[in-house]
Formats: sequence, structure tokens, C-alpha cells
Amino acid sequence: MSRLSEDNERLALEIIARYPRPKSATIPLCHLAQEQDGYLADDAMVHIAELVGISAAEVLGTASFYEMFKRKPVGKYLVNVCTNISCQLLGGEELLAHAEKTLGISAGATTADAMFTIEDVECIAACTEAPACQINYRYFHQVTNADFDEIITEIRSGRRTDLPAHGTLGMVRQHIAPDEVANITPPEQQSEPAWYAARNAAVATGGESK
Amino acid sequence: MTDTSNTNGTAPAATAQIVSSRWDTLDGHTLEGYKRSGSYRGYAGLEAALAMAPSQVTDQVRAATVLGRGGAGFPAGVKWGFCPPGVWPRYIVVNGDESEPGTYKDRILMERDPHQLIEGCVIAAYAIGAAQVFLYVRGEMAHAQERIAVALNEAYANNLVGRNIMGTDFSVDIVLHWGAGAYIVGEETALIESLEGNRGMPRLKPPYFPAAKGLHLKPTIVNNIETLSNLPWLLCNGVDAYKSYGSEASPGTRLIALSGHVKNPGVFEIPQGTTTFRELFYDERYGGGIRDGHALKMFIPGGASAPWFFPEQVDLPLEGRVVGAAGSMLGSGAIVVMDDSTDAVKACLRVVRFFARESCGKCSPCREGTSWEEKILQRIYDGYGRPSDLELLLDVADNISPGPYPVAADPANGVDAIPFPPRQTTICPLGPSSVAPITSALSRFRHEFEAKIVKRDLIPLGSH
Repeated sequence: MSRLSEDNERLALEIIARYPRPKSATIPLCHLAQEQDGYLADDAMVHIAELVGISAAEVLGTASFYEMFKRKPVGKYLVNVCTNISCQLLGGEELLAHAEKTLGISAGATTADAMFTIEDVECIAACTEAPACQINYRYFHQVTNADFDEIITEIRSGRRTDLPAHGTLGMVRQHIAPDEVANITPPEQQSEPAWYAARNAAVATGGESK
Repeated sequence: MTDTSNTNGTAPAATAQIVSSRWDTLDGHTLEGYKRSGSYRGYAGLEAALAMAPSQVTDQVRAATVLGRGGAGFPAGVKWGFCPPGVWPRYIVVNGDESEPGTYKDRILMERDPHQLIEGCVIAAYAIGAAQVFLYVRGEMAHAQERIAVALNEAYANNLVGRNIMGTDFSVDIVLHWGAGAYIVGEETALIESLEGNRGMPRLKPPYFPAAKGLHLKPTIVNNIETLSNLPWLLCNGVDAYKSYGSEASPGTRLIALSGHVKNPGVFEIPQGTTTFRELFYDERYGGGIRDGHALKMFIPGGASAPWFFPEQVDLPLEGRVVGAAGSMLGSGAIVVMDDSTDAVKACLRVVRFFARESCGKCSPCREGTSWEEKILQRIYDGYGRPSDLELLLDVADNISPGPYPVAADPANGVDAIPFPPRQTTICPLGPSSVAPITSALSRFRHEFEAKIVKRDLIPLGSH
């Protein structure tokens, strides 16, 4: 629906500057667009293409490979229930069935009020805490049916302020101030670091390495 | 229930603590906490490294035989040595795309001790002369991304990353990068493709090692989170101290995620190569035994890609070469225990379904084969299997991984182990990995498959 806002465009340029080549910022910028709109809008992909200097089709080509990028709006809360082997052994599929019943939709669908989308996902790296699920990529471990219902009730009543809307991942970003950047240039402008050559040479000649 | 605060994962008492020493420290993830707590003083390892020449740091890592913890178990120091001389720049890409089913260790390291990882990255960058480090964190791990971002901002502000680190002439940037949900990106060349802004598909080999041609076709070292997290302790305590843990061939410790039907599942740091599966499953410090009223049926010793082991393999040590010779692999340190309540067909189907869903689609044997494997297994599980399905399944599997597939020995039936790794008709091991659960389950529990297939014949005529 929308291109990146002015603030986000500034952030996008800061992100692009961290890579030897701009195209590497494609995935981070898709995350940024998804954070802004809750999903990855077509206009945002066009904007990203302009920023990193590739075609919009290339952005789509990359983004469509990754399952976290949603090209259509999803619920404000994305409920990912793991059903992979470790969770399956301890009730992951039953938890998914319960989640579907509680929310009245099946996996892959979104509730009519656009609050929840359920997904049946692959391993989320919480195997020793099975069954596990994520809501907007925040973990919930050893979830019972009662636990699940309680979380949903809390979200519905607005008491879960720790869960940002879908699209926001890490709530803190890395920032590198321009004067703190050590050495980020395209690969063809790089050569052997001076410190590396000097320090290794010092040892080869038996001198002090510092 | 625990929620977003992540209080799980057990730092085991009275065992080795190289990488897990700050897991129970409330502020171990902050710079202040990192310097104050744990089994070594934070950033003292970097200090020690900077007092040496880069080549001497590499020598130490090589002498300690720091094995890669991502799955292949390749020695990190040797890998670093593959960077061709005179070709610049060199990059380091840190593989934090942990998504092998059963694996849960890198996420804890990133969430609870991010400075340990950052210090490891800086040490590695110093050793090889890297221009830049990219820390690729799995997209779904929002909390880990936050913790690393905060730690990196702290490290930059305190002159531990960036320009003139610790007041020396050494400078390097570390950039945090998020993935976006794709298991295959854990494969190192796919990781590099993804980092270049492309679809995460593995590259055709040769070149076999990104160390020769990696990111932007420049020498690139791809190391796992746990591998790099070992470096600060190693540089602080030395090669001999490191080698005092574990076995000759596999020194040091290893993080093992023990999940499934044990009483006390958790992530444990164990001496590498010496602990046996039996100790891990039954010792009170670790698994504490199989669930009451049940017995061990089978276990996956190294993540979903590993062929299964059975009760007669429990006395093997967790040593890469031994496990390989016995027909499987230790992989990413993920052990899934299944007791006698487990339906072998269902477990096999679930693991195969994972590979079918995660196949990137580049090689046809995998793209087509894994989804056919899933379809055939699904119809068997649903009771609609055909008598010819088991041979068909093995035939499809043989197209992805030709020849005998690694299996564990079965003394009761006089079957010898076929050693790991398998052969493959694909660029990467994802497709062949889908064959592991099939041959494992069929070699031992063929009767369970046959029972489900036969069931259909027993539906009385006229009942439809």
C-alpha cells in the first residue's frame, strides 16, 4: 500500500550504508517496510528497489522466498504454533488444534476482526520447552491449553503491552554513528588491512608484536 | 509456562562451563555483567589476543582443535587457514540461523551472553584480518536480535568494536543482520546468497569452501555462534585448559539440547567426546531418565537430518567420529528422545514433511522427491497406503541419495552399521537428510508401516 515514510527512508539509508553493496540491505529493508505497514506492500517493494538500486521484480523475487514476509495483510497478532518433532512428541499438534478452536479459524487463516492469524510452523528453537509457540515472534514455552486461552484473553483485553503489532521484530536496533564506522566500503576498494600486515610482520621478524 | 522472558535452558551444575557460565546471571547479557560474572573476565580474551600477532591467535585456535559446532564439526582454525593468501578483503559471516529441528543452543547463547559472541567475533576478525563481520540472526528470534543490538551498541560505545579497538590500530565493524524465515539459509553458501539480498539457495560447488570464494566472491569464513562463543574462554585460559575437557579428537565442551520424552529436558554443556548417550539420558544432572512407565524406543542423535539411533547405541560416546562410524552424526547437538509411545510412521512423516516444506527448489531430486516422500508417507499414515508404497518410497529416496544410506547397526538382525555421510544427487544435504528418517524407521519398524498399509485391506467390503 505505502512507500517508506520519511523517517523510515532515513533509517533505510543508514542500514544500506552498513553493507559493502546496497543489495544486501534488501531483506532488512523488507523487514522495515513490514514493520511500518504490518505486511510487505507492493509500493514498499518498489521504494526498496529504488533505494538499493535493483528492480522491483528482484525485490519481490527475494522477498517471496522467505516465509516471514507477508504480501497480504495478516492479523495484528501472528500466532505460530510449532508442530515439529520435539513439540509433536509433547502435544504440539493438540495445541494447534486447540488454538484453532479457541480462535475459530484454521491454520493459515485470519480472524474476522483481523486480530489473529494462526500458522502451523516448523521448528522455532524451543525444543526443550515443548510444546512451544510464538506470538509476533515472542516465545511462549510449555504452553497448556489454559495458558493459551489466558494469553489470548490478555491480548484481547489490551493487557499484553509487551507484544508489538505484527511486523516489529527486535525493538532495539543497531546504530553505528558515521564517525564510528571502521571500514565499510565495496570489496573492490578494500586491500589487506595495514594493522594485519604490520602485526604479522612483527612476529615473522621476531620483533614485538604490538 | 514461561513467556517472553525466557527462563528456560539449564546451566548444569558441577559440569564444564566454557560457554554457559553466565546463563543464570540476571545481567550476564550486559557489558557490566559480562565483565563481572562467568568463568572468565569479559573481553580479557580479546585483550590477550591483541597482545599476540593475528597468526598466533590462529595457531592457538588450531592447536586447541576448536571443532565447528554448526553440524559438520570441521576444525575452525583449519577453516580459517583456507583463506587464500593475498586476496582481500576477507569477511566473517556468523551463522545464527539456527533452525535444525531439535536444536536450541545458539538462541540461548545470543539471548543470554551476546557479549561473549561479540568478543568471539572480534577475536576471529583479528585472527584472519577481516574487513567486516556479519552477524546473521534467524528472523524469528526477536529477543536475540534485541539483545545483540543492545550489546553491539554498548560495544561500539566502549571501543570494543569499530575503530581502534581497545586503543590499538586494529579496527573492524560488526553488522547485525536479520534473516526472514528459511531453514535452508543455515547452509553456508545459501547464507551468503541471502546476505547478498538474494533468494537463499545454496551455490553450486566447487568452489567447495566460501573461504576461497564467499560473500561478493571474496574469501569468507562462516562460523557458527557456539564455535565463536568458545574463543574468549580459550584465549583467557589457554590451549591446555581447553583440551583438559573432552576427548583427544574432540576437545572442549558442547551444548546439547535434549528434548522429547525425558524427565528433565534442557540444554546442557557437556565435555565433548566423553559423555555417553546413556549418561545424558539417565543421569540426574542431565535428562534424569525416560518418562515413567515408558522405555526408550529410538532417538535422533544430531538434529532432524541425522539417521536415528536405537537402544543398543546408548552406550556410544558423543564423539563425532564414533557416531559417524555407527551410521549417524552429532550434527548440531540436538537430541530428540522418543519412548515406546511414539508412532514411528508418524514421527518419520513429521520429519520428512519438514524437509519437503523447507526444500528451496533448486535441485529437482530434492524439490520433487521430498514432496513425494511426504505424500506417500501421509497416505500410509492415513490408512490409504498401497502395498508397493514402501518400495516406491525407497526408490524416491534413492534418487536423492543413491546407494546404501547410513543406518545404525542392528545386532538382533545381524545388520552392520553403514557409516555417515550419505551420497547425494543434490547441491546441498537438505534432500538427502529427508532420507534419514525413512531408512531409519523402515530398517527397524517396517512392521509398523506394513500394519498401516494392511489396515486398509481389512475394511470390510460394502462398508463404504
